[in-house]
Amino acid sequence: MSHERQGATPARWGADLQTSLFAKGRAGRRATTMPAWRGDDVDTALPAGALRAAPADLPSLSEPEVLRHYTLLSNLNHHIERGLYPLGSCTMKYNPRLNEKVAALSGFASLHPEQDEADLQGLLCALKLLQDALCEITGFAACSLQPAAGAHGEYLGMQVIRARHLDRGENGRTEVLIPDSAHGTNPASVVLTGMKPRTLKSGPDGRLDLDALRAAVGPQTAGIMITNPNTLGLFESDIVEVARIVHAAGGLLYMDGANLNAILGKAKPALMGFDVVHLNLHKTFSTPHGGGGPGAGPICVTQELARFLPAPVIREDAGVYRLDACAGECRPSVHAYMGNTGVCLRALTYILRLGGDGLTRVSERAVLNANYLRKRLEGLLTVEHAEGTLHEFIATGADWKEKFGVRTLDIAKRMLDYGIHAPTIYFPLIVDEAIMVEPTETESKETLDRFVDVVAAIRAEAERDPDLLRTAPHTTPVSRLDEAAAARRPDLSWLGPCNCG
Amino acid sequence: MPYTPHTAEDIREMLDVLGLATVDDLFRSLPAAVRPPAGLDLPSSLSEEEVWRVMSNLAALNAGQDELASFLGGGVYDAAIPAAVDAVVSRSEFLTAYTPYQPEVSQGTLQVIYEWQTFVTRLTGLPVANASMYDGSTALVEGVRMALGRTGRDAVVLPAALNPRHRRVLETNLASEGVTILTAPIGAAGTTDPAALRALLDGRAGAVVIQNPNHLGLIEPVDALAAAARDAGALVVASVNPVSLSLLKTPAEYGAAVATGEAQPFGVPCGWGGPLLGFLSCSDELKRLIPGRVVGRTVDHDGREGYVLTLQTREQHIRREKATSNICSNQGLNMARGTVYLALLGTEGLRELGAANRVRCEALRAILRGIDGVQLPFAGPVFNEFVVRLPRPAREFRAFAREQGILAGIPLDGFAGCGAGDLLVAVTERRTADEIERYGSALRDFLEQ
Repeated sequence: MSHERQGATPARWGADLQTSLFAKGRAGRRATTMPAWRGDDVDTALPAGALRAAPADLPSLSEPEVLRHYTLLSNLNHHIERGLYPLGSCTMKYNPRLNEKVAALSGFASLHPEQDEADLQGLLCALKLLQDALCEITGFAACSLQPAAGAHGEYLGMQVIRARHLDRGENGRTEVLIPDSAHGTNPASVVLTGMKPRTLKSGPDGRLDLDALRAAVGPQTAGIMITNPNTLGLFESDIVEVARIVHAAGGLLYMDGANLNAILGKAKPALMGFDVVHLNLHKTFSTPHGGGGPGAGPICVTQELARFLPAPVIREDAGVYRLDACAGECRPSVHAYMGNTGVCLRALTYILRLGGDGLTRVSERAVLNANYLRKRLEGLLTVEHAEGTLHEFIATGADWKEKFGVRTLDIAKRMLDYGIHAPTIYFPLIVDEAIMVEPTETESKETLDRFVDVVAAIRAEAERDPDLLRTAPHTTPVSRLDEAAAARRPDLSWLGPCNCG
Repeated sequence: MPYTPHTAEDIREMLDVLGLATVDDLFRSLPAAVRPPAGLDLPSSLSEEEVWRVMSNLAALNAGQDELASFLGGGVYDAAIPAAVDAVVSRSEFLTAYTPYQPEVSQGTLQVIYEWQTFVTRLTGLPVANASMYDGSTALVEGVRMALGRTGRDAVVLPAALNPRHRRVLETNLASEGVTILTAPIGAAGTTDPAALRALLDGRAGAVVIQNPNHLGLIEPVDALAAAARDAGALVVASVNPVSLSLLKTPAEYGAAVATGEAQPFGVPCGWGGPLLGFLSCSDELKRLIPGRVVGRTVDHDGREGYVLTLQTREQHIRREKATSNICSNQGLNMARGTVYLALLGTEGLRELGAANRVRCEALRAILRGIDGVQLPFAGPVFNEFVVRLPRPAREFRAFAREQGILAGIPLDGFAGCGAGDLLVAVTERRTADEIERYGSALRDFLEQ
């Protein structure tokens, strides 16, 4: 198959779509070469039956071509160093470069997980510092760094709760209550531990409904999963009573820490009555999202639950750190090793840089930014449950739909044309046409003011020319994509041969 | 304070707009009972230079594979990382982007995922792949779940020579889902015995896991094992070292329905075991059971080619408790590492990588065969990892070798019939002829002590 050649055309600077990597290769080109073998000749032949029939057909490129391909691809991305990323519940704050420099240190990055403790003293000290800091922040007694993501932390947390019930012979506790405003990972995680999620309807003020909770708990209750502040940005102010009800029924409380950025130094999950919390280090503690990961989702638990956390456990004795395999105990394991250690080191770096005082100010400024933005947007968007929102808020485009015939999706897409990433939309599910905005503490007042100007400009456009929104975005590398076709006829990998050009 | 732009004046103006006197007024909905009376008991803020000093001093207390000659493996390998990989993934455009939910401003990330999916399918031979899993162990868990979901059965056969760390994660996951775990024994050759596997398969097992090479480094009789699974109506879930797929038979060639593994050697630092790079691929029939993100190629409204997240009705944000998995964040940036790495290697580079591992592995085996009292207990073919049997405890040799700057291997005592003298040794393309010689000398010196 010959490489298709097209005539040259001028393109807009900085946003050129890239032809497939797989069409760029040419037989005979090279980038990486292997170190030469300078030892004796040895027989390396393997039995024919063990070998693949043909080598994997991969593109052959020079190193400059590879760098150029990925640099040009990178230009097609929005990212935190480019502009505002007001994704609700995602906490897209600035990712300090110092974190990256620390995690890349050879003394951390080149460690093999099967090395002896004597070679790991600095690492184990760092991880213990992080565990202790996370316990102080949450008010808990023990911490596991093993979960590699928030949902992974939820899963481990549910395993811990289940193990505790089984340990007490309470095998019938298999139901986990989840408010209808929760993230989709919550019910999905519960199911994977063999338990059953049961949805709790939120009250009219967007918070937990205590009567509904009282009616729902019973001997079948394993626990409840609560995001606090919840996905509407509201603190569950009845949380202490909620904890009393659930504990009285024999259940445990799990906190989804996705929104912890609102309450650092202001409230502790343990004081609220929770038994387990997971933290998203890639949200609250500034580690980068990397286009989807890796994150880290450590969990912190009460003293009672500490013995259900994964082994090994880091112990310190007179300045010497060791890994206690907890032999003879039955502990869960959710990762081959100790989780996303490199992400944990970034989070520790951030915590040391901010300090206890700085972390408290993170939440103050995150909440100030969100409230300022909410207030300034009044009259442009309808803000739901405005009273007492913390680090994020839910607006809705419901009146835009009525007046201008444009949907939340259209507003979000038009924001892209102004260089702003769209907020989270259509979540939480309990708010119609939801737009969920979380500016974070790292944005300036000027940036927030510009966001307001952008929404005002888009509203004027919606009034004047709603089609401009319905067909937005217009300045991005591609316009709206045909997602239906993508799902109907999935094209999930390049099928043609490489290096035939 | 670090990383925030607020001046005192900004704060006052913002509070004025809100009609509030102090920032703490914003926290009135927090009851007193949940508030820490004395704030956070953590050290005060430090400057960047001070933090750098603390963290680089901690790093200096460790000794890693850049300064020690590492023969450690068992799923994570001391592989060379081209500088171009770091150059690409340290770009903010990849590093600090979110999951590509807004495809119009995420084509870079989406196209990289599509390239990764393509690379994985070309390595495993299976037509569908996802955007990554946390690590090899969770990828294997998800693969087993897919096979059980497809067959509607509730038992899985694991090989006795399965990576024990992967086995532990499988046990945690599958036990609570009510899945029965059966174990296929190994024969004297150190590989799974196909006849014993056949005897174990009674129609209950929906999945048979084949790890190739197995945790003893040995190449499994994959065709015979897969045939046994097939005859019993079970699906094969492969767990493979992807570097070995430079040379070895692909999971598709022996009829696996799912292929998983740990792709850390493709440009990801060992990092004490995380973040790693799990991969997962499957047959076309299983594609709607695949966990996590999947990217498809499509067109935009103006007819231009573009990429989107697709088949999303499987995922937790749509399906909630009915989702195929709870995975949301994955290993995105490490997936980008793997993609750039494979783009740098190409067909020839990958073949040479396999050959470079092979020659070093066989060179060390040749040296060890010549040492009195030392055995290579299994005669079968290996890729880049193998068991050496010492006449004295392997742990003692490990400590002795460490004194000479060598990480000698992983003691296997108690694993799959192994004894105290057994050591799992891996040899990657990073090992030099000199280091391999030194390994032999260290072992001779140790035994002559």
